[in-house]
Amino acid sequence: MEKFTTLHSTAVPLPIEEVDTDQIIPARFLKATTREGFGDNLFRDWRYENDGRPKADFVLNNPLYSGKILVAGRNFGCGSSREHAAWALYDYGFRAVVSSFFADIFRANALNNGLLPVQVSQELLHGIFTAIEADPQAALTIDLEAQRIHIAASGLSEGFEIDTYKKHCLLNGLDDIDFLLSIQDQIEAYEQSRRQQLTAAQ
Amino acid sequence: MGKTLFDKIWARHLVTEVGGDTQVLYIDRHFIHEVTSPQAFAGLRQRGIPVFRPAQTIATADHNVPTRNQHLPIQEELSRFQVDTLTENCADFGINLYGLGHKHQGIVHVIGPELGITQPGMTIVCGDSHTSTHGAFGCIAFGIGTSQVEQTLATQCVLQRKPKQMRINVDGELQPGVTAKDVILHIISRLTASGGTGYFVEYAGSAIRGLSMEARMTICNMSIEMGARGGLIAPDETTFDYIRGRKFAPQGEAFAEAVEQWSALYTDEKAVFDQEYHFRAEEIEPMVTFGTNPGMGIGIGQRIPETPAGNATYQKALDYMGLQAGQSMAGQKVHHVFIGSCTNSRMEDLRMVAELVKGKQKAPHVKVMIVPGSKQVEAQAKAEGLDQIFEAAGFEFREPGCSACLGMNEDKVPAGEYCVSTSNRNFEGRQGPGARTILASPAMAAVTALEGRLVDVREFLNQN
Repeated sequence: MEKFTTLHSTAVPLPIEEVDTDQIIPARFLKATTREGFGDNLFRDWRYENDGRPKADFVLNNPLYSGKILVAGRNFGCGSSREHAAWALYDYGFRAVVSSFFADIFRANALNNGLLPVQVSQELLHGIFTAIEADPQAALTIDLEAQRIHIAASGLSEGFEIDTYKKHCLLNGLDDIDFLLSIQDQIEAYEQSRRQQLTAAQ
Repeated sequence: MGKTLFDKIWARHLVTEVGGDTQVLYIDRHFIHEVTSPQAFAGLRQRGIPVFRPAQTIATADHNVPTRNQHLPIQEELSRFQVDTLTENCADFGINLYGLGHKHQGIVHVIGPELGITQPGMTIVCGDSHTSTHGAFGCIAFGIGTSQVEQTLATQCVLQRKPKQMRINVDGELQPGVTAKDVILHIISRLTASGGTGYFVEYAGSAIRGLSMEARMTICNMSIEMGARGGLIAPDETTFDYIRGRKFAPQGEAFAEAVEQWSALYTDEKAVFDQEYHFRAEEIEPMVTFGTNPGMGIGIGQRIPETPAGNATYQKALDYMGLQAGQSMAGQKVHHVFIGSCTNSRMEDLRMVAELVKGKQKAPHVKVMIVPGSKQVEAQAKAEGLDQIFEAAGFEFREPGCSACLGMNEDKVPAGEYCVSTSNRNFEGRQGPGARTILASPAMAAVTALEGRLVDVREFLNQN
């Protein structure tokens, strides 16, 4: 996993609530067996007509907006557990998603892929949307070490929460699996101590 | 202070703490399928490591399989490759697979319980958000992403924060024609699609206790639709009776011992929840959804609520559905009915439908598809002659899989058309690009198929 320290970028506004993972990446694009290439179909049905022509009114097709940060309405990433949603956002080029509320599984998947979910207050979210609307070049700064997000243009700033373990992983580019493999002895000891028989499902 | 059922199971599976709020949770059973596992196996290969406890992982092919001619090679190339990849991965890593054609194949959340693999007190994960279904047996069961599938394969553990806890009590008696599906759609309509986020839910109360195991699975299945990671119900005699004699259930004396252990799985009287809700069963109507998330639901007798001021997302949903605030859903013409999915594809669902449609015909303009949850459900339905009732009514009775619930295979609803579906999600495009999904119970779906428009199953029962 890539390290995440500080991100300074313009942002793409998506002021829609309850963006579910079926919108982020529809199921018919989940047939791949690798993690790459999902960015092409990110927000597929909002972004393209059925015949493949771009929909002019969707923000990813608007040349005014670009950047590594997606700013979206509350309850972002609800629905299916498909990690493909996090892969698609990352593959497209996003490195952080800012929202006032994230669905649990999406949040975990994003953190496992170096995509930082930044949960802010409804007020700050509104302030960010307003700032980007006024100036699409308004840049956001996300400082993971300090756990703060700033918008220089409007002077808005807010702290955000992140689990200390996950923060450590992101700052250092470490995977959960490396950690779990490193405590295999403890896992085996746990298995032995729990006398409950783990019947093999054969 | 007392402990909750969730606390008791969690504590027994806690391996160690990591720091912060993150804990290492041991997983008893891991279900995998073709769509969310290939990248996890690729990760193991890259690291050159085996599956740590292969006997605790069970595989099936369900999401991306056709529901016709399963004995033939899969036509669609990418789907065939994905299913073949699962077969290869299971062979290479020593995992038991119930693949296409196997008599135990089926939707992952249907086969776990029916084979007796799912048992009270267990921790269960799967790369699928509806893993919450298994909570009906008094398990901590939740969906995970592919990175966590890889962690589970590699170490039989996941890293997890302990969630907050919520109890939802439903007391009283359900009206005739009102099912478990209506109960959970009613709850979600009140709590919203994000009302359970950050929580694990325990369902309790006399109406819940009175439900069969299959109905309890329907309730727990949709916990994720209010954002909750999972939902569980304390095991009782209904649970033990269901498990007794199943293929992988403890047998003979071992079963009696297991029941003794399982009987200790309940929430202590003095336990305190972070959040608690109460519902009356009598007040629950047959439910339908009108929007594009499962929280946008109303009783069939109600009208679509007005758009909250300034809520662009709500209006966007109504526009997508081609519906208007103030409108009644009853009488809405529909062209498709889908009966299936991990929510409602078990024997009781199929029997409920058969009872309503026996000797009747579907409306001519409606296309009706019934997709059983598993090969065992399919076989049992045929043994009871349900397939003939369905076919006589003009319904298509297919082979098992997730099918039109998520539209990964050919089973899709055309753009702009309405589908009354017994599945769990009415998201935009869920059943195909532009498809308009109305979630409902199997009973409501059955009478809709006959009438060709949404009707109140209670009125249908009074007239028939």
